Amino acid sequence: MAELLQALTRPLIGGDKTPGQVTEDISGLLNNRPGPLWWAGFFLALTLLMVGVIAGVYLIRTGIGTWGLNNTVGWAFDITNFVFWIGIGHAGTLISAVLFLVRQRWRTSVNRAAEAMTIFAVICAGLFPVLHMGRPWMAYWMFPYPNFRGPLWVNFRSPLVWDFFAISTYFIISLTFWYLGMMPDLATLRDRAKNKVKRFLYSIGALGWDGSYKTWLRYETVYTLLAGLATPLVLSVHTIVSWDFATSVIPGWHTTIFPPYFVAGAIFSGMAMVLTLMLVARKTMRLEDYITTRHVDAMSKLLLATGMMVGLAYATEFLTAMYSGNEYEQFVFINRALGPFAWAYWIMVGCNVLVPQFLWFRQVRQNFLAVFVLSLLVNVGMWFERFTIIVTSLHRDYLPSNWSGYTPSLVELGLLIGSFGLFFTLFLLFIRFLPVVSMNEVKGVLHIGRGGHGGHGPGGNGHGGPESVRPTPDPTTKPEEVTA
Amino acid sequence: MTDRRTIGVFASENDIMNAIRVVRARGYDIEDVYTPYAIHGLERALGMKRSRLPWITLILGLTGAGLKVWFEYWTTAVNWPVNVGGKPWDSLPAFVPVTFEVMVLLAGVSTVLVFLGVAQLYPGRKPKRFYPGVTDDRFVLVLNETDASFDLEETRELLSSLNAVDVDERIGEEGR
Repeated sequence: MAELLQALTRPLIGGDKTPGQVTEDISGLLNNRPGPLWWAGFFLALTLLMVGVIAGVYLIRTGIGTWGLNNTVGWAFDITNFVFWIGIGHAGTLISAVLFLVRQRWRTSVNRAAEAMTIFAVICAGLFPVLHMGRPWMAYWMFPYPNFRGPLWVNFRSPLVWDFFAISTYFIISLTFWYLGMMPDLATLRDRAKNKVKRFLYSIGALGWDGSYKTWLRYETVYTLLAGLATPLVLSVHTIVSWDFATSVIPGWHTTIFPPYFVAGAIFSGMAMVLTLMLVARKTMRLEDYITTRHVDAMSKLLLATGMMVGLAYATEFLTAMYSGNEYEQFVFINRALGPFAWAYWIMVGCNVLVPQFLWFRQVRQNFLAVFVLSLLVNVGMWFERFTIIVTSLHRDYLPSNWSGYTPSLVELGLLIGSFGLFFTLFLLFIRFLPVVSMNEVKGVLHIGRGGHGGHGPGGNGHGGPESVRPTPDPTTKPEEVTA
Repeated sequence: MTDRRTIGVFASENDIMNAIRVVRARGYDIEDVYTPYAIHGLERALGMKRSRLPWITLILGLTGAGLKVWFEYWTTAVNWPVNVGGKPWDSLPAFVPVTFEVMVLLAGVSTVLVFLGVAQLYPGRKPKRFYPGVTDDRFVLVLNETDASFDLEETRELLSSLNAVDVDERIGEEGR
């Protein structure tokens, strides 16, 4: 019990910050000229992006025959990358919406960056289906608009159309949520900007925000509503992505476990990416007081929990195949573990099931280098999970005469590299021009874990909950009779 | 309403909460409060009602979902029925995912737009600035000087005794 109380009263933000210091710390990051580390990262990311652009231009000019696909393996790298990037995005929404609704106040330090990650990941994901269309300039045909082809409408019974709606909605809602959360911070930047151009740009973004409490009250309501809408949305998005597979009759895909399995995997991979990004940001941007052992500990536990769910799903798939008595289903799973792509399968199991087990130990969770390495391995493992699901199910068809292998072409590798380049380019630009930590939300949690010693900042009474700021009326100024 | 206001500036959340309690009990007319972040419990201290925005979200979400079901039915079963795998024209269960997405999209985006409309936030709007530092670390209480009985000196003393770091009068400018 004592330990529990101690955990509740541990400060969320280190360094005994006042609200003024928070403003100074976070907006100060945007005033400094970027260091050599940022430029090095930016040029590396830009180089990777250029590789992707070259591969993309060559692909669009020539056609998807440049990929390593064949009649049997019709989906491989592109859909793997698509599912991988969409999954990355899910942890951002989990942190920004789900943890908001369940009042996990530690999220305030990481939610801005995690939401940015979501948006950039969805942009990367969206590229792959569009490129896979072969004629990306026809992508608007996905949208049901009155046309001169009949009008011929899209097929609303197809999971691929569901996907189009799910991803577009997810992108727009995530962007709205991100922007809404940033409005008060943009006002802070506007009020501090010395440079005229900057002040003008931030004032456009801030929409004339002035901190009026009437606005705050409505703002909080809208924020909660969006969080409430984003929570089922995030579950629906990866559910629908999994239906792209589950509604087919391919052994290894046609299972009802896919939606929860995909959602858990998505949050797992996304949490790993958040940890990777935040640990780097913490070191390079001096955010040590904002991202503390407590944040890394909480995220590591989420990583462990979702990793276990994914592990359970892997085991369940085998059990279902065995129990179904269906020889095609059984063959697919034996082939996954022992067939030509067994190496990919065992990378997946190693990185996603075995590696996270280290997180049971507090020493590992508090060792940032260890967590960083683990999170990178999980990212690798989750990419291979999608690769395994997609390629191993396809390359052994019902007819042995159809069996084939699959090797990615240089164009496919280039596009994968390019998507990482795009992601990191966008992320590095984000940390240069926008506040990487939500200042207004962090100011609201400063009191948490600060004992009753007042004197600085919003001193709370140490309960840590949203109700903790109930001041005791000053006895010297007793309310008097109202005579008006 | 007059165009004369007294502002009390506070340095902490607790101080302004306490001040609001006291000045409300004394019958002052609080025009608004400006804070750097959302203070929980302030709406109760100010006696504000809950926002009605959730109703707008509900109505718009249901409208969006309803329209989408109709649209999917109309395109697949009425306007150009296409036989896909022998499925029935009105494959309602298959319409659920898109209906859900459209409901979330319409409810979410329009709630934010309605919020911006109600709160009158738009690009180019001039923010009310009663005191610098509201978006940083200052908490500002704006009192309306309702009539001639308003005693500036008394108010000044009261606010100072409530730990105000600054008390000032603003005339006619609405803080702009």
